[in-house]
Amino acid sequence: MWMTELPPFVLFFIGALIAAVTSGRLRGVVMLAIPIVSAVNLWMMPEGIHLQFSFMDYQLSPYKIDKLSLMFAYVFHIAAVIAITYSLHVKDTVQQVAGMLYAGSALGAVFAGDLLTLFVFWELLALTSVFLILARRTPRAYVVGMRYLIIQIFSGVLLLVGVLFYAAEKGTLDFQYIGLEGVYGWLIFFAIGIKCAFPLLHSWLTDAYPEATPTGTVFLSAFTTKVAVYALARAYPGTEMLIYIGAAMACLPIFWAVIENDLRRVLAYSLMNQVGFMVVGIGIGTALAINGAVAHAFNDVIFKGLLFMSMGSVLHMTGRINGSDLGGLYKTMPKTTILCIVGAASISAFPLFSGFVSKSMVMAAALENGYDWIWLMLLFASAGVFHHAGIKIPYFAFFAHDSGLRASDPPTNMLVAMFIAAGLCIGIGVYPAALYSLLPYDTGYNPYDATHVLAQTQLLFFSALAFVWLNLRGLYPPELKSTHLDFDWTYRRFFPLILRRLFATIWKIDGQIRRSFISKLDSGLHYLAQRNAGASSLLSRDHPAGSMVIWVTVLLAIYLLLSFIR
Amino acid sequence: MDNKTKYIFDDPKNVKRVMYFLYASCALLFALDFVIHRHVYHSWENLWGFHAIYGFVGCVVLVVVAKWMRGFLMRPEDYYDDEWKTDEDEKNTSKAGVLNVDD
Repeated sequence: MWMTELPPFVLFFIGALIAAVTSGRLRGVVMLAIPIVSAVNLWMMPEGIHLQFSFMDYQLSPYKIDKLSLMFAYVFHIAAVIAITYSLHVKDTVQQVAGMLYAGSALGAVFAGDLLTLFVFWELLALTSVFLILARRTPRAYVVGMRYLIIQIFSGVLLLVGVLFYAAEKGTLDFQYIGLEGVYGWLIFFAIGIKCAFPLLHSWLTDAYPEATPTGTVFLSAFTTKVAVYALARAYPGTEMLIYIGAAMACLPIFWAVIENDLRRVLAYSLMNQVGFMVVGIGIGTALAINGAVAHAFNDVIFKGLLFMSMGSVLHMTGRINGSDLGGLYKTMPKTTILCIVGAASISAFPLFSGFVSKSMVMAAALENGYDWIWLMLLFASAGVFHHAGIKIPYFAFFAHDSGLRASDPPTNMLVAMFIAAGLCIGIGVYPAALYSLLPYDTGYNPYDATHVLAQTQLLFFSALAFVWLNLRGLYPPELKSTHLDFDWTYRRFFPLILRRLFATIWKIDGQIRRSFISKLDSGLHYLAQRNAGASSLLSRDHPAGSMVIWVTVLLAIYLLLSFIR
Repeated sequence: MDNKTKYIFDDPKNVKRVMYFLYASCALLFALDFVIHRHVYHSWENLWGFHAIYGFVGCVVLVVVAKWMRGFLMRPEDYYDDEWKTDEDEKNTSKAGVLNVDD
């Protein structure tokens, strides 16, 4: 069979080029064929370094395959197929090309065997994805997109500086375990932390993702954060600090998710929450924990994609996405409703759905290694994610009070994409062995024992009971038209305000200094003028006739002198 | 737009049925705790219905805290709109002091 040694990103970039010059059905066929051909090709590629060259005394290997990168590459191919199918109806060339380039950049990043290649794709991820936000073509999306781009590029700059320090110290650019040593360790850690949406570095995510186009968000949710998770898993496994960062990340966003009105922003918060589980797994760093983190990243791409697709369908069909405007859509969007519930069940980790088989590995690893409090926090986060992503999303969009909207199910291509994702969610949940066989380590883990199934089912059903009880008692916070402040407030409001006040003060003081200087100068001049204003003095306007005569005499005397000189 | 069609949850009886199903499942799951022999990983799990209670209490705390957070985090929907609205839009809305921190 025909095979190519070309790295997958090259195929995707060629695909983007073709997408730029074609349109209609042809473009759809080409765009779908690229990830499928690339995936089949990748399936047959052996592990190892497939491309290597020297660059200024450094060995670069832009195409290096191992088990960890393969796992992410597979799910990125799946995500690309799903997202492209979902956006087949889109006629906007900018979005189609950006989507292809973005998926290709993500694949380039996971196969980067050296840090310089990683940096290049790190920045390409930012540059290509921003068009999925700008493509909304509203003034608001423009502002948000620019803010997103600045933060992403900043992450890349940090990475580059870190890489330079690393190269200077180690004399190599190989992308391997780095750890929190030296300046380079911290710089690269922060660079990845921004893309990974660590707490306080996260607000670009919840700011930008909900502002992208309905199809663009599906692309966005799959790649950037998962590339960051991959980079963490390679460079910082077993870094204890990650356990605490991850636990905070899993717990904090769910509070915002409960009160947020924009349902795609709710999903953005729950994306952070799920990435938190992965970060904890990487921080624990044992074989089981890393397996759990990677498997959860794999599943999250699919079920989070499914949820974003279902909300994208709602936005596409009704033009609304705020919980306060929606409700009762199950009546006319039954297929979307069911598909959304499958995604909700998967993210909530119901037994027989995909989240269950991966999230539990991280939790088991936390207990095994004595992180009891972390385990409790993750358990709370599990209940919380069911509460906001599992119940709130389907409930406020499709049930709740009848909004009177009667939108039909979305176009076939969108439904097909959601069916593929839902099929994978259930397939992986029912037969996890297929997923486990791809994992980096062999741990013989079995999620389906009676204790675990019962515990998880209890947790979820009683969370649902809490939702019902709170709703019946009228304690549940209603969906309100509102903005909820998050950390981005500091750089959207607080710092600008501080700077404005600071400059106002500076200008005021500056004005005072100038004014007093001018008035001093003024009075000085005034004094001089006064002194010299007397008759016949320096600045006087009128002169007595006597002095006129003297001056005329002087002038004539000068003329006389000059004539002698000649 | 045909609002007269009756859908499944327009009938309160069906909503009740779903709720009863949920209550029954919860009761059953709680009861199963006493029947199934569990191998616990953590001493807290020895408590009967640990996961059930934790899930319920966790969610109630979550919602109560989130509701309390609304008190100081909630702003009008157009709070950040001045970032992209032009000066003319600004005049039309005639809203003064949009740049204050605490409006």
